[in-house]
Amino acid sequence: MKRHWERAAGWLDHRTGIQTAVRQFLYEEIPASSGWHQVFGSVAVFLFLVQAFTGALLAFNYAPTPGDAYNSLRYILTELTGGRLMRGLHHWGASMMIVVVVLHMVQVFLYGAYKKPREATWMVGVVLLLLTLAYGLTGYLLPWDNRAYWGTVVTTQIAGQAPVLGPYLTRLLGGGGAVGVVTFARFYGMHVLLLPPATLLLIAVHVYLVRKHGVAPAPGDELLPNKQFYPRQVFMDTVAIFAAFAVLFATAVVVRVPLEQLADPTDTTYIPRPEWYFLFLFQTLKLFSGPLEIVGSVVLPGMAVLALILAPFLDRGQMVKVTRRTVASTFVALAAIGWTGLTARAVMTTPQASEVEIDYSAPTDWMQLSPEEMAGVAYFREENCVSCHSTGEGGAKIGPDLTSTSIHKDAAWMIQHFKRPAAMRPGSSMPPIQLSDAQLNSLAAFLLKLNPDNATALGNAPEFATEGALVYQANHCGSCHLVNGVGMKVGPPLNGLSKRRSRSWVEEHFADPETLSPGSIMPRVKLSTKDMENLTTYLFALPE
Amino acid sequence: MGDVRTSAEPREAEGTTRRSFYIGAIYGIWGIISAALGLPAIAYLLLPPKVRKENEWIEIGDVSKLAPDSPVEITFRRNRVDGWKILSEKSTAWVVKQANNQVVAFGPQCTHLGCAYHWEENKNEFLCPCHSSVFAVDGKVVSGPAPRPLDRYQTKIQGTRLLIGPLDKSEQKA
Repeated sequence: MKRHWERAAGWLDHRTGIQTAVRQFLYEEIPASSGWHQVFGSVAVFLFLVQAFTGALLAFNYAPTPGDAYNSLRYILTELTGGRLMRGLHHWGASMMIVVVVLHMVQVFLYGAYKKPREATWMVGVVLLLLTLAYGLTGYLLPWDNRAYWGTVVTTQIAGQAPVLGPYLTRLLGGGGAVGVVTFARFYGMHVLLLPPATLLLIAVHVYLVRKHGVAPAPGDELLPNKQFYPRQVFMDTVAIFAAFAVLFATAVVVRVPLEQLADPTDTTYIPRPEWYFLFLFQTLKLFSGPLEIVGSVVLPGMAVLALILAPFLDRGQMVKVTRRTVASTFVALAAIGWTGLTARAVMTTPQASEVEIDYSAPTDWMQLSPEEMAGVAYFREENCVSCHSTGEGGAKIGPDLTSTSIHKDAAWMIQHFKRPAAMRPGSSMPPIQLSDAQLNSLAAFLLKLNPDNATALGNAPEFATEGALVYQANHCGSCHLVNGVGMKVGPPLNGLSKRRSRSWVEEHFADPETLSPGSIMPRVKLSTKDMENLTTYLFALPE
Repeated sequence: MGDVRTSAEPREAEGTTRRSFYIGAIYGIWGIISAALGLPAIAYLLLPPKVRKENEWIEIGDVSKLAPDSPVEITFRRNRVDGWKILSEKSTAWVVKQANNQVVAFGPQCTHLGCAYHWEENKNEFLCPCHSSVFAVDGKVVSGPAPRPLDRYQTKIQGTRLLIGPLDKSEQKA
């Protein structure tokens, strides 16, 4: 058996040279000092491959045009098995890749591994760092939610400020200041068509150069015998890759990446913030104002990149032990402090979002419920119906599954049953529900709407919505207004209110309708602060 | 010979153990990573989406206007979920009131290769023009390559209104 295998391998090697190539790659000699500090490059390549893999999978279910992009991403998140995991891996993998690429660079910098003859390796590495950042920048727009849209508006404006090149950059990024279909296509094209092959090519050049010059030795290595890359160093790289992957996978599973509302160019309240690794640039920009702004947006970052590229020529000394490289260490420490300071400042000065953000990456079926049904959800939770009844999943409960009751019972039966359970169903051990008739009506209305397909989706209804609906019902808003097609048309329908009015206008209007809309017959509504907040948030969350 | 060892041998053996541990760990870890990425990817690509489908019932006509055993083609619009989109599209059904007053609505495609068939009034049979499959008025295959009877829509009658639901695939020829 083994002989056959060897013969087959020999045959293949004779034709392709693959075995020899792999052997040469694996049995490469590396300096005696090689070890755990050199794993970052391999981890970075691994993360790049994870990004390519998850990116391709996302692309299989993604429509790269504004609007459709958002809907298809929602489809990936809410309807596809593993879709949320794929997006989580891709999203957090991007952050992690930046961390690892920077760690790789810091290690090389601290050890002085960029010195002659390895200058070209270093410079290609700096370009690879810039490419990694470019992925982050272009990928940020692709969900086409508010965060993506407004973040990119700022980015393109900054690009437009560049001296001389500004107007050309603006045109290259797809138009005259507005972020729209053209910008989107350009960003997507860069993200999936231009950057990946460029990265692959530069990784190949980078690795070729590493191999050509050999892994940089530390002083003293010349006295010790060389080691082989395989299996010891490969083992270390693999362990580091596994550690990175475990962290990435756990983060993708545990931390939900939100999807905000569909990009709304007319939203005047949105406060855009870039991704965390760009926050320091964002903060640098704030240090300069007026005509000096360009210093923060273009000049300083440009000089930093230039300094990075030229590092091997600025430091031309002999290779010394890493522990003696005090200047380099101080430099890294200062850069780290500066970066942390700027980022922390940017985080602290970010105002709290005034509106409650709805996570659209979860099903939003609850938005379609009428206020009466939504109030029913509130009673359903208050009465803790699920302590005895199941709603579709895991049916081993005392009472019957409530997702199927709507098929064979009507509202009248339900209400009688709520009041005196045993009367309608002899032998029932269910306690009577102590609610008013109107409240029981709500509960029955909700139960009639409940089915096995929407049970979990309706369970997502946020508290502001259920509480807001209770306030809506208690004040009989539905006697004049229409919500989701239910109610009366005496007053204006309330769907799309957020497009027509500001929050503060609506809140003041409750207290004094006549002043704000003359001729209105709406009575004054006195609400506690909490009720007002819940009701307004609920109304603003209604679909258009 | 086996009992006598030179001093170099144990060290050599230790080196081999460590080497095989390294190699075992490398294969093991890459196996775990491939599985952790590969299995969800397969599920993601192959499992059907959790469509929160609402079984739509669409009114397509009045049953009192149907003559017994005389199929009519009825065109209607219905919503179809296509990935992340809901499309409103034109669709047709061949509706027959059978002798026992049951109303049946057949899907418009031949069960052989999906061509549109039609009703041959003078022969009293459904004929598919592509490969000459012939179906009887009750949808059963009379002749030709069709492997199974015509597919049927679920139907409901409210008063005299005919409502149709989703299209059910017919059983393989019984």
